[in-house]
Amino acid sequence: MSSITSAHPADHHGEHGHHHESFLSKYVFSQDHKMIAKQFLITGIVMAVFAMFLSILFRLQLAWPDKEFPILEVFLGKWAEGGRISPDFFLALVTIHGTIMVFFVLTAGLSGTFANLLIPYQLGARDMASPFMNMLSYWFFFTACIVMISSFFVESGPASAGWTVYPPLSAVPTAISGSAMGMTLWLISMTLFIASQVLGGINYISTVLNMRAKGMDLWKMPLTIWALFLTAIVGLLSFPVLVSAVVLLIFDRSFGTSFYLSDLVVQGQILPNEGGSPILFQHLFWFLGHPEVYIVLMPALGLTSEVISTNSRKPIFGYHAMVYSLIGITILSFIVWGHHMFVTGMNPFLGGVFMITTLIIAVPSAVKSFNYLATLWRGNIRFTPAMLFAIGMVSFFISGGLTGLYLGNSALDIALHDTYFVVAHFHLVMGSASIFGMLCGVYHWFPKLFGRMMNEKLGYLHFWLTFAGAYLVFFPMHFMGIDGVPRRYYAFTEFPFMEKWISVNVFITWAAIIAALGQVAFLWNFFSSIRFGKRATQNPWGSNTLEWTTGVKHIHGNWPGELPTVYRWPYDYSKPGHHEDFIPQTVPFSETMSSNLPHDFEGNVEAERIQREWELANRPQAEKEAE
Amino acid sequence: MARYTQDKEELTEQKAKKFNLWLGMIGMFMMFAALSSGFIVYTAGGVDKGIKTLLPEAFIYSTVLIVLSSLTMQLAYVAARKTAFGRQKLLLMATIVLGLGFFAMQVHAWGVLSGRGVVFVNPNASQSFVYIFTGMHLAHIIAGILVLVRALAGRIRNIDQVRNVFRMDLAALFWHFLGILWIYIYVFLLLNQ
Repeated sequence: MSSITSAHPADHHGEHGHHHESFLSKYVFSQDHKMIAKQFLITGIVMAVFAMFLSILFRLQLAWPDKEFPILEVFLGKWAEGGRISPDFFLALVTIHGTIMVFFVLTAGLSGTFANLLIPYQLGARDMASPFMNMLSYWFFFTACIVMISSFFVESGPASAGWTVYPPLSAVPTAISGSAMGMTLWLISMTLFIASQVLGGINYISTVLNMRAKGMDLWKMPLTIWALFLTAIVGLLSFPVLVSAVVLLIFDRSFGTSFYLSDLVVQGQILPNEGGSPILFQHLFWFLGHPEVYIVLMPALGLTSEVISTNSRKPIFGYHAMVYSLIGITILSFIVWGHHMFVTGMNPFLGGVFMITTLIIAVPSAVKSFNYLATLWRGNIRFTPAMLFAIGMVSFFISGGLTGLYLGNSALDIALHDTYFVVAHFHLVMGSASIFGMLCGVYHWFPKLFGRMMNEKLGYLHFWLTFAGAYLVFFPMHFMGIDGVPRRYYAFTEFPFMEKWISVNVFITWAAIIAALGQVAFLWNFFSSIRFGKRATQNPWGSNTLEWTTGVKHIHGNWPGELPTVYRWPYDYSKPGHHEDFIPQTVPFSETMSSNLPHDFEGNVEAERIQREWELANRPQAEKEAE
Repeated sequence: MARYTQDKEELTEQKAKKFNLWLGMIGMFMMFAALSSGFIVYTAGGVDKGIKTLLPEAFIYSTVLIVLSSLTMQLAYVAARKTAFGRQKLLLMATIVLGLGFFAMQVHAWGVLSGRGVVFVNPNASQSFVYIFTGMHLAHIIAGILVLVRALAGRIRNIDQVRNVFRMDLAALFWHFLGILWIYIYVFLLLNQ
């Protein structure tokens, strides 16, 4: 391994780069960060389509609870007897939809793709710190996906305890059908998944801290890297906690311990477990679970920062504030988990503490939102599909974030807890915002991934169908939640006061179906462009970051010969005095004398002197021309 | 110049890999920190909770064994740096034997505990936690012994000195970490017994 990637990098990455690779080592067990990024992306897209399909299935049940769809029985058999989704299967659908979307798509698919692609590229490194660990990371992830999907092929069905797998449903195999083999497979899958994320995360952090190109100090890093770096730190500190929670859960399930279980009677049988506390699981779970929200969101914030700045042809507004906001979110993410547990009988004083820490997150979030808007303000905006998705991301971040203020308030949360208001909130701020961040990244970096361009018109169609679809699906849910409609109920129309919401559910389901069909435009565009898209130029968006200085064709080690040197921050767009509206990070100040500003030299007296002399020598000539 | 660049890149990658190990250790520590906080939250749940027994003496012996093994590991690393390969091999083997001794002593301690009725499947899960802490630590010890065996195999296969020292460096770091982790667990349990 090390002989390929580290011992002789110059030989391998230079003119002798065409060494023999087998199909297996190039496409399957690849240790190249670019190939691993593609593997993560394509697996993530496949999982997203699968989870989206699950959501359409349960939306059918919610919209037409009394209608029969015989075709469902053809495909789903006993899970849709008589053409109606069974209650057990409904719970499995929402559980696996949530699990796949949160973990497999928006954690692995998003971070896995863009951390792998961009960390070495934007930092000027040949590859990750440990390409072998990186490869393992993908294969653990892939195996986790297979195990999770395989739970649809066991007789008792997939896990059904919700994506948070609270005990006792998750800890007592006889509780409901989904608590049996499906839950075991869920736990195996998630253990593999955590191994994948920790291996990947360690690599991302280590690469950022150790393998930056010459001149790339931390304050010259693009915001994408800052976001991916802090995300990896959050993951490293929180995923191991879930391991501990899951270990205890496995012992409760399979060995008869009582960490989480106590005083239970299941199907007429008194269980022997005594003295356990299900609330303990919630503490351990949400110590990961809440940071997980930011693991999902922060990469999307980073990608959008880059895309908005590039396509506004303006420096990002408040670069330092953007970084400090990310750091603030990172720290706060660890001290707010209790807001998921306001109704567990928590001491009101403790609830008050969690409420305050939660509401403080609004500060860095607002800083980021205003900075995005200020970057767009009077920019020379290019509405590429990536830019539309980036703006869409900001829109969801704001509209979903606002309802966080309501839910973070413990007094209001008592009424809103476990209603559709919560579903609406997190699908906008975490689900839609992150998926839009991811899609913005896919459209923007597609040329870097595959050397070809995606079709713009299909991109616009995809954007508008998805953007409108997401709002039409999730916005009405707020009102249902305020009226007290609970989430995860199979047939809430059994309660007369909720019957009036059936028409809204029909509307939401139609919106979901149209938005899902809109994804066909993306899938067609994505897969056909890999082969038939217009060939990309080296730097199609006129971007400053280092990845666009590499060749369109991928080579091992990214740059032939020596690694690039960095001279400036990544946001020198439309700098007055320069002949182009962008200056790549590899352009030294000596080549841009006409546009240099005093603060560019960061207190370097010698450089300032040279600049002054140049200005003095050139001023008379310029003045003469003016005369 | 090219040669210089190449070596520098190799050195950077080695540094990054060692850093990976540090990060991995932080992750492992977080797992035990979570268990510790889980233990505290659970034990605070009622007066009937808690370890409610004295920890077996075997834990003292296992602590001595793991501290000794850290010492032999460090000496093996120094020997590797000084190219004293015979001594490196011998000390590595001693470390592995001491590691196995630690493993056996922990299993013996489980026997002592269950002999007193402090069993794993227990309505007072504070006592189950003792098995979880020591068991998860032993899982890491197995990984540590595999790392030591790999370092020994490298020495026997006579890999080049740069790789030999690098492997020993990482193995020593990880093994010391496992020792410190055990001392943390032991002190934590002692304070709560």
